[in-house]
Amino acid sequence: MNNWIDIASLNDIPRLGARVVKTDTLDIAVFRTATDEIFALKDECPHRKGPLSQGIVHGSTVTCPLHNWKIDLASGEAKAPDEGCSRSYPVKVVDGRIYLGFKDQVAAA
Amino acid sequence: MQKEKLVLIGNGMAGVRTLEELLKLAPDAYEITVFGAEPHPNYNRIMLSPVLAGEKSVTDIVLNDRDWYGENAISLKTGDAVTRIDRVARQVVSESGETTAYDRLLIATGSNPFIIPVPGHDKPGVIGFLDIADVEAMLEAAGRYKKAVVIGGGLLGLEAANGLLKNGMDVTVVHLMDSLMERQLDKPAAGLLKASLETRGLHFLMQAQTAEITGDERVRGVRFADGSEIEADLVVMAVGIRPNMTLAQDAGIHCDRGIVVSDTMQTFDPRIYAVGECVQHRDICYGLVAPLFEQAKVAANHLANLGIARYEGSITSTKLKVTGIDLFSAGEFNEEEGDETLVLQDPGAGVYKKLVLRDNRIKGAVMYGDTLDGTWYFQLLREGTDISAFRSTILFGQHDLGDAGHGDQTRIATLGPDAEICGCNGVCKGDIVDAIVKQGLFTLEDVRAHTKASSSCGSCTGLVESILASTVGDGYSAMPSKQPICGCTEFSHDEVIAGIKEYQLKDMDAVRDFFEWKQADGCASCRPALNYYLLASWPGEYQDDAQSRFINERAHGNIQKDGTYSVVPRMFGGLCTPSDLRAIADACDKFKVPEMKVTGGQRIDMFGIKKEDLPAMWKDLSDAGLVSGHAYGKALRTVKTCAGKNWCRFGTQDSTGLGVKLEQMTWGSWMPHKFKLAVSGCPRNCAEATIKDFGIVCVDSGYELHVGGNGGIKVRITDLLCKVESEAEVLEYCAAFIQKYREEGRYLERTAPWVERVGLQTIKDAMFDEQQRKALAERFHYSQTFSQIDPWKERAEGSDSREFRKIEICAA
Repeated sequence: MNNWIDIASLNDIPRLGARVVKTDTLDIAVFRTATDEIFALKDECPHRKGPLSQGIVHGSTVTCPLHNWKIDLASGEAKAPDEGCSRSYPVKVVDGRIYLGFKDQVAAA
Repeated sequence: MQKEKLVLIGNGMAGVRTLEELLKLAPDAYEITVFGAEPHPNYNRIMLSPVLAGEKSVTDIVLNDRDWYGENAISLKTGDAVTRIDRVARQVVSESGETTAYDRLLIATGSNPFIIPVPGHDKPGVIGFLDIADVEAMLEAAGRYKKAVVIGGGLLGLEAANGLLKNGMDVTVVHLMDSLMERQLDKPAAGLLKASLETRGLHFLMQAQTAEITGDERVRGVRFADGSEIEADLVVMAVGIRPNMTLAQDAGIHCDRGIVVSDTMQTFDPRIYAVGECVQHRDICYGLVAPLFEQAKVAANHLANLGIARYEGSITSTKLKVTGIDLFSAGEFNEEEGDETLVLQDPGAGVYKKLVLRDNRIKGAVMYGDTLDGTWYFQLLREGTDISAFRSTILFGQHDLGDAGHGDQTRIATLGPDAEICGCNGVCKGDIVDAIVKQGLFTLEDVRAHTKASSSCGSCTGLVESILASTVGDGYSAMPSKQPICGCTEFSHDEVIAGIKEYQLKDMDAVRDFFEWKQADGCASCRPALNYYLLASWPGEYQDDAQSRFINERAHGNIQKDGTYSVVPRMFGGLCTPSDLRAIADACDKFKVPEMKVTGGQRIDMFGIKKEDLPAMWKDLSDAGLVSGHAYGKALRTVKTCAGKNWCRFGTQDSTGLGVKLEQMTWGSWMPHKFKLAVSGCPRNCAEATIKDFGIVCVDSGYELHVGGNGGIKVRITDLLCKVESEAEVLEYCAAFIQKYREEGRYLERTAPWVERVGLQTIKDAMFDEQQRKALAERFHYSQTFSQIDPWKERAEGSDSREFRKIEICAA
């Protein structure tokens, strides 16, 4: 069961941008695309742990600011030929509010 | 909707490369069927020589295995040659009798070896050298027989001869002309090559015209026009290739020496395309592999109905794939009347280089022994660069202009597999060669993606290109001279810069619409470039797009490996006061800065600042009168100065005072890349002004202005622009030079490569024309009225605050 937490309004995140959601244990990057789709990934590139939230968002991809790996926002997978995956989190938008889904408690995320 | 049917005749490199490009653009557009006469899936034909030489196996050189066809839902029919094209019914008929309908047809039938029609040419033991079957026949013969004769002393013949020699045969190369590889080499280089091959054990018969292949059942020898004869158990005909156009001809498609195609790779029947060695484009038949990469792109583009790409022909270069022999040739290497020739000859070291120049532009190059700079000369040739500025040193190669510690590694072919090529990513020669062969890589871009070599600082790009060229030989597909900005477009930086002005494109969507960008919001490469071009073209009108800036420019600090930022306040001309230093020290204490250092540009760098602390820290600095140093931006960085005549006993002018004025004039301006200035008070040049983008060396009678230098990856010493008499003139020239660079430089191109690309003379012409100079300076000053706003102060006062704030959620 997902535990949905209201994190922000859609407009708190710039188009083609991201915000960092800080939980007790980790940072999650929440992205907004040009078409207002929302995605959430652990804020860590599978390569050298670069903060993906600081990258440039294009299409449904973010380019890591440290070494330009391209990470798919939906799956968290690095684009070939690079290999690796950042954990993704379920998100939904209801009435202009963004909800982030966690299994059980946030603290356990 | 039913998919259109695409049929490919010829399962070789050109045809399959076209399919690959097409699948990238429009994966679902066609139902695809491929016919191949050979029983193999697509393999890398240019790697046949290493297979023959025993350096690679057949499986090593397969480019697309059968799984690839399956994964892409392509129906593959190997060993089933197409025998007829029926253009009326729009179908092809194959050997097996099957008919297959097409909506569009792609012919990529390649070429056939030219077999000289002398008596005996059809005896067993006489073969060409073009496919796996030929290689297998040669290997088989090498196991049973001793004597081989290769007819043809060109690229293909010499590679075949080398391979047979390595397989233990006694090989004689027979050549009609008096000099080897006469279409690629001039006589001195051909002489060096012949001598080197002779020491390896090859024999040569020059100016020998084959009259007859002798023998009963099987070949026994070769007789020449002069009546002499030599023994042979195997004869390899490698005198040339002919486009394989029989099918097209029979179907009534216009053919000349090859299948005639337009700039969109279409034959005279617009439903039928042709690519590769079977085509004749603008009257040229290419017998090399390299042009097919550009042709494939264009054909795929047209098949995908994008229709914006055109093939305009290729300039090709040649490398011989004989291990240990470095040889390079490109362009018109035999001078015509009026041409000039530069030659470097060092027989002791086995080095020969020749450049043919016309109007100070390279028209052709031949190199033997040391070919590292072949790719550089080739680039200068294709771009038509005026080389007058470095003509006196050009033969010593690009490393003469400054290298990155690769020093003597000029003989790339002789390096061992453990030699480290890319120092940033720790990639060795062996890794690169393996990736090129196993993954079937042909372009620098491919090699970068797969190995990471030369993908960081780029200083080893030349080495990587050389390895690519020496590994794949004539298949090396040099970067086209017109390079698109990124994968989102076919258009180059220059075309986009010109288009923005000419068509008054004032925002990013307008640019992307006009140039038909493939991705609606571009990518991480083109967005920062377009943002810069728009900002520079429309000062005061274009609204800067923060989301299109690299994080450093969005957060106004340099991101570090742990995700923290660094803060560098501006110190105009490198001058500071006790209260500046006190404010910096206080900020460091307050925000617990773990490390400080003095930068190369005479500023103070504070490391390890958390992003959320940046605005508060900037507020403290701003209250003390300090502004952003833009140490993070493609922008004016620093003006470095020496003590100058106020203190120094050698100083001739007020270098610090002038440095402060220059920095006050230029700070805040965005540039194609970072931009550094320096002012030295005398020719001792303590501020190192001659490795800056714009450097001033003061002398007793005035100021020397130097441009286009940089330290870093490739050190480049500045060129002297001119000497002026007053500070006012220094400021005017500086503003004009910067503005010219801002308007014409390509994004991420520093002034050093820019000056080399456009030529110092072009810049001098603009600077010395008073009207132009003043207009440029005026445009710079106008643009500065919009950019001299301290970004730190703005953010300290609350603008863009969500960029710096995290959203905190806690466990309930």
